[in-house]
Amino acid sequence: MSQGQYVALAYGVVFVFVLLWVAIIATKLVRLERETGELAEIARGRGSDG
Amino acid sequence: MSALTLYASDVVALARKDLRLELRARDTLPAMLLFVLSTLVVFHFALPTGTADDAAFGLLWIALVFTALLGLARAWAPEREGGALDGLVLAPCDRSAIWLGKTLAVLVFLTAAELVALPAFALFFAPVDLVAVAGVVLASIGICAVGSLLAAMAAASRGREVILPLLFLPLAIPLVVGGVGAGISPQGASYLTFLGLYDLVFAILAWATFEYVITE
Amino acid sequence: MSSRNSLPLLAFTTTAVLGLAVVLALLVAPEDVDQGVSQRIFYFHVPIALTAYLCFGLGAWKALRLLWVGDERRDLESYTWIHQGTIFGALTLITGSIWAKASWGVWWSWGSNQLVLFLVLFLFYCAYFMLRFSIEEGARRERICAVYALFGVALIPVSFFAIRLASDFIHPTVFNREGPQMTGTMFGAFLVCWAAVTLLAYVMYRVELVGKRTDVNLRELREALS
Repeated sequence: MSQGQYVALAYGVVFVFVLLWVAIIATKLVRLERETGELAEIARGRGSDG
Repeated sequence: MSALTLYASDVVALARKDLRLELRARDTLPAMLLFVLSTLVVFHFALPTGTADDAAFGLLWIALVFTALLGLARAWAPEREGGALDGLVLAPCDRSAIWLGKTLAVLVFLTAAELVALPAFALFFAPVDLVAVAGVVLASIGICAVGSLLAAMAAASRGREVILPLLFLPLAIPLVVGGVGAGISPQGASYLTFLGLYDLVFAILAWATFEYVITE
Repeated sequence: MSSRNSLPLLAFTTTAVLGLAVVLALLVAPEDVDQGVSQRIFYFHVPIALTAYLCFGLGAWKALRLLWVGDERRDLESYTWIHQGTIFGALTLITGSIWAKASWGVWWSWGSNQLVLFLVLFLFYCAYFMLRFSIEEGARRERICAVYALFGVALIPVSFFAIRLASDFIHPTVFNREGPQMTGTMFGAFLVCWAAVTLLAYVMYRVELVGKRTDVNLRELREALS
């Protein structure tokens, strides 16, 4: 590998790490959305009873 | 009685309790002695012929660190098994005295193991000079000071046997550097100074933070 | 609350600075006379390392505040800073390794004190997560993690000296990595990169903290509703 390719590899790794982090946060966000939805269901059920 | 004398007598009482328990139960110390001897013998077979004495000395330190881990894993066992840790926490002594008492007790066990390990090493591999022994003494203090606090942390966790080495080994690296350097380097004294520095910094830190580790 | 509004602004600013930093580092800064194009890795590798130290330091600071003042929000903050520190620490090791390969032809060298230091710290902080996940949630876990974070920050200078001692006598220092002599433009580029990486770490910290706090809130809500 040429020197320039090593530079590209280093910058690429940083880029991939950040994107990976974004992907993990996105997964968490989806889970949070699902959980809030479930809680909203429960609250709606309560509201119709009470 | 001044506060300091009171503190010291608490520490001595706690350490004596551990030593007396071990004298009766005799499960930790014989294991440590046998372990360190067996490890040294294994090293003989693990080292190819013509290995420098220096390399063997490095392995001595591996043996000492893992023997210490063996002792530390059992350090809080009496309190855990007897449910006595809550009682100790409620006792009218400074929480840090509990840490210091335990550190001293483990130090006694480790020293006993070293009294076996060092002559055995001198016999099997290479002679050990005074600076090397000083290194062992100083590093042992650090090992026990840091180790007994980490062992208390591990006792609070679910994965207790496995977690202690993971916590301990990174913190043990500077001690191994100091101890091995004291043994093999011509500038042994600077390694001894470094070990003293480590002991000072981490003993103070452990002394100051221990109460946060054991209070529920 | 103003801080809640500033996060989007912060994120966009960070993106701009980061973009500028990459352009400066790769295109504008002059090529180093001695090391050639591989020196450009340095523009991000060193800021990433410095940022990792900063994150560990902030994690320890939050931990200290937790033990001192007792505000339980500090636990999540300390944990998140240490998480960022570990991410950037891993990045330091990877970019440092690539730089080593580009400069000296080997992926790893025990002679590189900074890499070895980061390896030790990385091991230490990985154990932090093992510790945290093996203790039951509660005040005790918060305190134990805080104490461990303090030990980490004490370990940094102690390990640094240990490794320096070790490299003098135990492992001969084969490779000599001096700080590059930088021209004005190079130094300017370095500063922008440093600012960009620090901002990036801060944005990531803020985003993660929001996620973790929301988690806690949701759990409390769930308990309250059921």
